[in-house]
Amino acid sequence: MHELPQTLANGLLLGSMYGLIAIGYTMVYGIVQLINFAHGEVFMTGGFGALTAFLMLPSGVSLWLALPVMLLAAVLVSTSVAVLAERLAYRPLRGSSRLAPLITAIGLSIAIQQMVWAWYPDAKQARTFPHLPGGPYELGPVTVQTGDVFLVVAAVLSMLALMWFVRSTRTGRAMQATAQDPDTSRLMGINTDRIIVTAFAIGAAFAALAAVAHGLRYGQVDFRMGFITGLKAFTAAVLGGIGSIQGAMLGGLALGLAEALAAGYVKFLPGLELFGGGAWANVWAFVLLIVVLLIRPQGLFSKLTADRA
Amino acid sequence: MTALLEVEDLRVSYGKIEAVKGISFRVDEGQVVTLIGTNGAGKTTTLRTLSGLLKPTGGRISFDGHPLAGVPAHKIVALGLAHSPEGRHIFPRLTITENLQLGAFLRNDKEGIARDIQRAYDLFPILGERRKQAAGTLSGGEQQMLAMGRALMSRPKLLMLDEPSMGLSPIMMQKIMETIAELRSTGTTILLVEQNAQAALSLADRGHVMEIGKVVLSGTGPDLLHDESVRKAYLGED
Ligand SMILES: Nc1ncnc2c1ncn2[C@@H]1O[C@H](COP(=O)(O)OP(=O)(O)OP(=O)(O)O)[C@@H](O)[C@H]1O
Ligand SMILES: [Mg+2]
Repeated sequence: MHELPQTLANGLLLGSMYGLIAIGYTMVYGIVQLINFAHGEVFMTGGFGALTAFLMLPSGVSLWLALPVMLLAAVLVSTSVAVLAERLAYRPLRGSSRLAPLITAIGLSIAIQQMVWAWYPDAKQARTFPHLPGGPYELGPVTVQTGDVFLVVAAVLSMLALMWFVRSTRTGRAMQATAQDPDTSRLMGINTDRIIVTAFAIGAAFAALAAVAHGLRYGQVDFRMGFITGLKAFTAAVLGGIGSIQGAMLGGLALGLAEALAAGYVKFLPGLELFGGGAWANVWAFVLLIVVLLIRPQGLFSKLTADRA
Repeated sequence: MTALLEVEDLRVSYGKIEAVKGISFRVDEGQVVTLIGTNGAGKTTTLRTLSGLLKPTGGRISFDGHPLAGVPAHKIVALGLAHSPEGRHIFPRLTITENLQLGAFLRNDKEGIARDIQRAYDLFPILGERRKQAAGTLSGGEQQMLAMGRALMSRPKLLMLDEPSMGLSPIMMQKIMETIAELRSTGTTILLVEQNAQAALSLADRGHVMEIGKVVLSGTGPDLLHDESVRKAYLGED
C-alpha cells in the first residue's frame, strides 16, 4: 500500500483536469439547459491550437517562454470553436425541443473530430506534445512532473478567478440572473444572448487550459482525446450537480480520485481481481456516474436549489 | 396631454393561435391606465409584447416617440419602459438587495442607485429588514413588493404591472394598491393589468376591458366602475 499517496496525487491531478473541463458543461447547462456534447472537441482543438503555436515558434525556444504563447493559442482556438458552435449551431435551435440541440451537439462533435483528422497535418495518429523542462520533483512519498505543477497552479488560480468573476462583476451577476430566469433578465436590460456566448467562451477557455495540461502530462495530442475525456468531465459535472461551478470542480476531483483508486485497488477486492488496473478505470468512472444518477441525480454536492452558479 | 405609449391595431400570435387580435389604446404621461378582462383575454400577452419578450405579428407600438415593434427586450428597458411580470419572477437565489440592483442594471450612477434602493426600503420596510435574505424565501406578498421595487429601480417613464395583487391576502392587496396610488400621486405613469377590477378601476384614469384578444369596452375609471355590463361580468354583481 506504499503507493497510496501517489495514487491519491494522480487522482487529484486527473480530477483537476476533469474539473476544468466540467466548468464548460456546467456553465452552459446552468444558463441554457443545453448539454454541449461538442465540449470535448472544444477541449481537443485547444490542444491542437497549443501545438500549432509551439511548432510556429523558432525551434529551441525555451518552453517557459513558449508556454504563455501556447496557452493563448489554445484559448483562442477553443473559444473560437465554442463561440462559432453557439452562433451557427445552437442559437438557431434555441426554443426548439431539447432533443434537437442534443443531436446537433453529437453531430458537431463528430464533424470537428473528422475535420482535425482530415486537415491537421499528420493528425491521423497522435502528435507529440512538448514536455516542460525540470522535475520530476519528490514531495515526500509523491513524485510529480513540472506539467503537474502547472496544472495545479492553473486550476486553482482559474477557479478563484471564475468565482470572483461570477460573484463580483456586473457580467457575473447578469450570468446568475440569466441562469435563474432568462426572460426576466431581459426585462432588467440584460442582453442574454451575450451572456450565453460569454458562458460558452469561459467554458472553452477552461477547457483550453485543461488541454495544455493534458498535452504536457501525456506528451501528445490526438483528435480522439476529446471524446472519453469530455464524457468524463461531463460525468464530473453531473457528480457535482450540473449548473454549479464549485460542484464541477469537486465532481472532477471526486471522479479523478475514484478512477485512480479503482485502477489501483479494485484488483485487491475478492471477486474483482480481473477488473482492476488502468484498462478498467473508464468503466469504473461510468459505473460511478450511473450509481450517482440512480441515487442522487441532483449531484453529490448539490443542495438541489441552493448555490447554483 | 402627450401620449407616452400608443398602441395601434396590435396583433400577437402563438404559432397559429392569435391571442391578441388588433387592439388599440394609449397611455398619456402621468396617467394610470388599466387593462381588465377574463382569464386568457390576452392582457399578459399584450404586456409581454410591449416589453419585447414577444414579437407582434401586426400593428404599431410607439413609446416616447420610438417605434417598439422588433426592438429586443433589453433595449426597450433602456428607453424607459419597465415591466413587473405576472407571477412576480424575482430572482429566487439572489438577495433582495441584488434583485433591486438588477433592476438598475443599465444605470451606472452608483449613488443614485443606492438612494433608490433606500427609497424602495422606505416604500416597503420589510424588504429593508430582509435585505440580505435570498428573495426566494420571501412570502408571496413580499415578493410582489420586491418585483415592484425592482421595476422602479430603472427609473421608468412607464411602469407596467401585471396582476400585482395575484394570490395576495386582502391586507397585502390593500397595501399594494395603496402603493400604486402613492406612485401615481408622485407622477409615475402606470399601465396596470388586474383581475381585481374594482380596485384597478378605482385607481385608474382610463380602463379597457379585454375579451378573447379584443378591447370590447373603454372608458374612464369611474365610467367603467358604474357600467352595467362591467359590474355584471367583473365585479360579481347581478
Ligand atoms: N406560451 C403560450 N403558448 C401558447 N398559447 C399561449 C401562451 N401564453 C398564452 N397563451 C394563450 O394566449 C391567450 C392569452 O393569454 P394571456 O396570458 O395573455 O391572457 P391573460 O389575459 O393574461 O389571462 P390571465 O388573466 O389568466 O392572466 C390564452 O388563450 C392563452 O392560452
Ligand atoms: Mg395574465
